[in-house]
Amino acid sequence: MSIEVSGVNKRYGDFVALEDINLTIPTGQLTALLGPSGGGKTTLLRVIAGLETPDTGTISIEGVEATALPVQKRNVGFVFQHYAAFKHLTVAKNVAFGLEIRKKPRAEIAAKVEELLELVHLSQFADRLPSQLSGGQRQRMALARALAIEPSVLLLDEPFGALDAKVRKELRDWLRRLHDEVHVTTVFVTHDQEEALEVADEIVVVNQGGIEQIGTPEQLYDEPANDFVMSFLGDVTTLGGSLIRPHDVEVTTSPLSEHSLEGTVSRVLRIGFEVRLTVLTDDGEVVTAELTRTHARALQLEEGANVFVTPSPGAYMMPAPSLAG
Amino acid sequence: MAETRRSPRTPLTYVLRIIVIAYLGLLVAWPVFLVGWNAFHVPDVGFTTQAFGEIFSDPQMMHAIQLTCIAAVVATLINLVFGVSISMLLVRTEFPGKRILSAMIDLPLSVSPIVVGLALVLVYGGREGWLGPALESVGIQVIFATPGIILATAFVSLPLVIREVIPVLEEIGTEQEQAAASLGASTWQTFWRITLPGIKWAVIYGVVLTLARSLGEFGAVKVVSGNVLGQTRTATLAVEEKYLNFDQQGAYAVAFLLASVSVICILVVFVLRARGARVR
Repeated sequence: MSIEVSGVNKRYGDFVALEDINLTIPTGQLTALLGPSGGGKTTLLRVIAGLETPDTGTISIEGVEATALPVQKRNVGFVFQHYAAFKHLTVAKNVAFGLEIRKKPRAEIAAKVEELLELVHLSQFADRLPSQLSGGQRQRMALARALAIEPSVLLLDEPFGALDAKVRKELRDWLRRLHDEVHVTTVFVTHDQEEALEVADEIVVVNQGGIEQIGTPEQLYDEPANDFVMSFLGDVTTLGGSLIRPHDVEVTTSPLSEHSLEGTVSRVLRIGFEVRLTVLTDDGEVVTAELTRTHARALQLEEGANVFVTPSPGAYMMPAPSLAG
Repeated sequence: MAETRRSPRTPLTYVLRIIVIAYLGLLVAWPVFLVGWNAFHVPDVGFTTQAFGEIFSDPQMMHAIQLTCIAAVVATLINLVFGVSISMLLVRTEFPGKRILSAMIDLPLSVSPIVVGLALVLVYGGREGWLGPALESVGIQVIFATPGIILATAFVSLPLVIREVIPVLEEIGTEQEQAAASLGASTWQTFWRITLPGIKWAVIYGVVLTLARSLGEFGAVKVVSGNVLGQTRTATLAVEEKYLNFDQQGAYAVAFLLASVSVICILVVFVLRARGARVR
């Protein structure tokens, strides 16, 4: 097992950043630490890297007890949200930094830098300064720099958080492919559930300093451990007192079963290919449903229409938490 | 770079311009120019470099200029090392009393140099100073000697490096340093390879400003040096001496030399700032 975190606590004054964290991250996988801002995921990543010291608890990396090791000795590659590019050094010098510190022979450094720049598609930018690169290119440079030291684990702190949506999506796919090539144990922090679901082999949901659930993207989406995980990983609505995903709500003009609830369409919102419907049931419940545009048109749905809402067969549902809680 | 948006020109714009130019001209440019003019121009004789010839052939004047240069360079080196260290301490670490230390750094700029001189005499004075007699018993004379002149010069120019470096250190943040550490660099390696190149321009401006300020220091040096001809008389003290002895030509010539060095320093800063802005 590559990274073992046990009994880790971390406080900043009165604020509990991490509370009794126990976590095992398997070797060679791409793991996401997913959670809302301020939930402790970045702190956890920095504790693993050695950039923060836990108040209690231990960290071991590749079987080596690392709790007392400074960041320099942990052999981790760390990638920052805002790239942390060495502004006065060229792209090639940035990538070579860790190797120069390790006093590797010049020829070896040059060969390694060339290989890595090839890997991150920056070969033609080797002699540029970071300020002459785009955000996406800077982050790829930072990744090459972290990989140069052949780290036992690669840690990425919201690596695509500062990039615009299109570049973020490209880099996400690229990271997945890169990981399939390089196979270094990778942990990345994100608050974007779509990013985690798309890229990670395993997701750790972190919230309020604790771990809510650990599992594969499928497990988390299909069998969320609690209402927090369910609502964080995707949209949810309530139907008959249960939590359900809006795309699992069937909308019909006649009742489908005895579970169908009658209601009135109060709002129709069209977003690209999908239509988001708000239905006010006769019991006074507000239900959101998602349909394809074609389906919505076939049913001739408009505001004020009388409809029935029913959970799809096989839909995952869980009791909704009481409003007081 | 985006084009700067200018407000429309009104008569007020021109009035303000004239006021600013007149103010700077009457207060700074014209008087400084006249020092230069008078250094070269003697009434009834015309233009001459005679005064400079006299200075360069007078061993005691050369000694004064040399002493000023030594004191300025040593004081600048001291403030370079301490200035960068104190800046790192203030920006990168937390400790009790940090705000008091930060406030104290501005003291040398706000206190009159003559007070600085008197304060140094109280501490290092050979006969009645707090630390002076002990130093003298081991053979180190501070007041009325070169060490005192260096101390006084370093004191008055202390904040210049720090005030240049601190904002830049704050601006560059700690992420690059953390990245370097994660790549295996020790604290020392991180400082030399990452932090220092990041604050390079600020350090250079600070050093040039410190040097310019140190060359011109008068008040504090006057108190601690004793103004002994050929021993502890600096160039600024020599200007006063010559002026009071009705050797106005000589006074203007030395003053011109001092002013030239300062103007060159300011030009260097000006050019460096333009370059630094382009690099950044």
